[in-house]
Amino acid sequence: MLKINNLHVQLEEEEKQILKGVNLEVEPGKVHAIMGPNGSGKSTLSYVLAGRPGYQVTEGTAHLGDVDLLNIEPEERAAAGLFLAFQYPVEIPGVGNMTFLRTAVNAQRKARGEEEMSAAEFLKVIRAKAKTLKIDADMLKRPVNVGFSGGEKKRNEILQMAMLEPKMCILDETDSGLDVDAMKLVSEGVNALRDQGRGFLVITHYQRLLDHIKPDVVHIMSDGRIIKTGGPELALEVEHNGYADILSEVA
Amino acid sequence: MAAPKQINTTETEARIDTLTLPQDGWSAGSRADALARLRAMGLPGRRDEYWKFTRPDALVQADVPATEVFANDEAPLMDGQPCLRVVFVDGVFDADASDDLALEGIEISRLADTSADIHWAQSLHGTLETAGQTPVARPLAALTTAFATDGLLIRVTGQPDKPVNVIYNRSSDSADAMLHHVIKLEQGTKLTLLESGPAAARLNTVMEVDVADTAAFHHVRTQGRDHQRLAATHVFARLGEESIFKSFTMTANGKMTRNECVLDLKGDDAVAHVAGACVGDGDFHHDDTVFVTHDAVNCESRQVFKKVLRNGATGVFQGKILVKAGAQKTDGYQISQSLLLDGDSQFLAKPELEIYADDVACSHGSTSGAIDDEALFYLRSRGVPVELATNLLTLAFLAEAVQEIEDEDLRADIETRMSGWLERHRT
Ligand SMILES: Nc1ncnc2c1ncn2[C@@H]1O[C@H](COP(=O)(O)OP(=O)(O)OP(=O)(O)O)[C@@H](O)[C@H]1O
Ligand SMILES: [Mg+2]
Repeated sequence: MLKINNLHVQLEEEEKQILKGVNLEVEPGKVHAIMGPNGSGKSTLSYVLAGRPGYQVTEGTAHLGDVDLLNIEPEERAAAGLFLAFQYPVEIPGVGNMTFLRTAVNAQRKARGEEEMSAAEFLKVIRAKAKTLKIDADMLKRPVNVGFSGGEKKRNEILQMAMLEPKMCILDETDSGLDVDAMKLVSEGVNALRDQGRGFLVITHYQRLLDHIKPDVVHIMSDGRIIKTGGPELALEVEHNGYADILSEVA
Repeated sequence: MAAPKQINTTETEARIDTLTLPQDGWSAGSRADALARLRAMGLPGRRDEYWKFTRPDALVQADVPATEVFANDEAPLMDGQPCLRVVFVDGVFDADASDDLALEGIEISRLADTSADIHWAQSLHGTLETAGQTPVARPLAALTTAFATDGLLIRVTGQPDKPVNVIYNRSSDSADAMLHHVIKLEQGTKLTLLESGPAAARLNTVMEVDVADTAAFHHVRTQGRDHQRLAATHVFARLGEESIFKSFTMTANGKMTRNECVLDLKGDDAVAHVAGACVGDGDFHHDDTVFVTHDAVNCESRQVFKKVLRNGATGVFQGKILVKAGAQKTDGYQISQSLLLDGDSQFLAKPELEIYADDVACSHGSTSGAIDDEALFYLRSRGVPVELATNLLTLAFLAEAVQEIEDEDLRADIETRMSGWLERHRT
C-alpha cells in the first residue's frame, strides 16, 4: 500500500540532511510502528509524506498504491487516501470544526469524482462517530482545535480520520496527551479501520499504545534511517532497555 | 506648536461654485452655518495630518470624472424580506421604486421636502456634525450638511417591526450625490437601518443619529462591488444613558472609500460598537476613520476592523478612543487587522488612546499578516484544495468583525457576500 524507497530529505532553508535513505513498505490491513529517539526524523518522515512545505526530497520515492506521492499537492495526497494525525494539531480560530470537516470530506469526494455528502447525512455520520470517541456536540461547533485540551486535540484527529476513511493512516504520537480511557477509545477507532484493510504507520515512544493497537511490524529509526525492523517484541525490548543496545548493535 | 493650517481656499471655493445652497425651508439656517464652517476649515488637502494615509484629491476636486456605471447584480440587504424600502438613484429619491414612507413606530420624511413641519429635525440637523468637528476637522461632512440635496429624516417613536432599508442605485456616469440623513430615536425606542448599493459616481453622506436613553440603533450597510466608487461617508452619533449603537459596514472593491464614524457616549452605561470588514483587490483604497469619545460612566465601546487586501490594494485605519476626565469604568476596545494576501498590498494604521480618567480598561491592537502557513497546510492535508483553504482562512479572519452583526440573517447575508467575493477573486 505505502511504499517508501531510499527516501532522502533535507530542509529547504538550510542544507541539513534529516532523512538519509528510508525504506519501508506497509501492506493493507497491517500496522507498522516506528519508534526511535527524539530528533531521529519520525515526524519529518510523516510531514514529507503528507506534503508539508519546507522540505526537499533529494533522492528516493514514495508511492501510495500506484500514486507517486511526492509529486502532487497535499490535498491530492489526501484525496488519494493518505491521512496524517499530527503530533501537534493546529488551531484554526474562526473556522468551525464541523464546517472544516464537511468541507474536507466533500472536497475529497469531489476530487475522486464521488457524490458529495448531504448536510443531513454528514450530520448523522459525524454525530455517531463523535459519540464513540466521546467528543461532545460543543466541541464539534467550536473552532478547529481552539481551546481544546491536548487529549481533545488528539481525539479530534481520530474523528477526522474516521470521517475521511483514508486508505493509509499515519499517526504521529497520537498517544501523547491521552488519558487511559481515551487511549482505549482511540485504539478501538484505529482497530475498526484496520479490520477494513487500511494500512497504518504508528509513530510512538511507548509500548502502552501498542498494547491496544497490536503492530505487525516494528521499526526503529535513528538519525534519519530505519536501523532495525522486527516484530512486536522489538517494542517490548525498547520499553525495557531503551535504545542503547540497539544503537550499539548496528554501530 | 504646529504651524497654522493653510486653508485650501482655491479648491474649496472651486467646489462650492459647482454647488447650489438650498435657501428655503427649515434647514436654511443650519446649511448657512455649515457653509461658514466649511470655509473656515477648507477642504482637506494632501498635507492634512488627518489625511496622511488617504489622498483626498478625488473626493475634493470640483468635478467628478465620468466612470463606467457598475452593472449592479447584487441584491439589496434582506432582499425579499419585510422592510421599508427607500430607493435613491444617483442620490435622487425614487418614489416609484420606494415603499410608502409610513411605518408604525417611526415618522419618516425627506430632507428635500421643505414644506414639512419638522421641528425635531431642525433642532438636530447639523448639530452632531458640528460637535464632531472638534478636535478634528471633517470638512467633507460640513460640505454635505450645507449642500445635501436629499436624505431621510427619521424620528423613532416606537419599535417598528421591520428595518428601514435604504437602497442606493446608480445610473449616471458622473452624478455627484450628497445625502444627509437625520435620525432621532426617542427614549426606549429601536430602529434597524440598512444601506446598500453603488449610489453614484461620487457619494458624500452624513448620517446624524441621536440615540436617547435606553434606545437602540442597529446599522448594517454594504458598499458593494463597484470598482469605481468614490465615497466619503460620515456617521455621527450621540448616545444617551443605557443606549445602544451598533454599526457594521462591509466594503468590497471601490477605488476610494473613506468611512468616518464619530461616536459620543454621553449617557452612563451606553454601549457603542462599530465594525467593518473589507475586501479589496488592485486599485482599491479603503479608509476607516473612527473617533469614539467616552464622556460618561461605565460605558463600553468596541471598534473591530478587518481588511483583506491583495494585488496592491491599500487599507487605512485611524481609530481613536478618547476617555474624558470623569468617564470612569470605561471599557474601550479597539482592534484593526489586515490580512495581506500578497506582498504588494499595504495596511496603514494609526490606533490612538487618550485617557483622562484613572479607572478605565482600554485596549487596542493593530496587526498586519499573511495567511498562516501551518493552518493552510493542516487544511490541505485534509484534502481541502489550496484556494478553498485560503478562502476559509480569509473568512475566519473576517469573522470577528462580522460577528458584531447581531441579526443572524443579516450576518449570513454578509458572509455569503464575502465568500462570493472571494470566489470571484481567486488567484
Ligand atoms: N523546520 C526545521 N528546521 C530545523 N530543524 C528541523 C526542522 N524540522 C526538523 N528539524 C530537525 O530534524 C530532526 C528530526 O526532527 P523530527 O521532528 O522529525 O524528529 P522526531 O523523530 O519526530 O522527534 P520526536 O520524537 O521528538 O518527535 C531534528 O533534529 C529537528 O530539530
Ligand atoms: Mg516527532
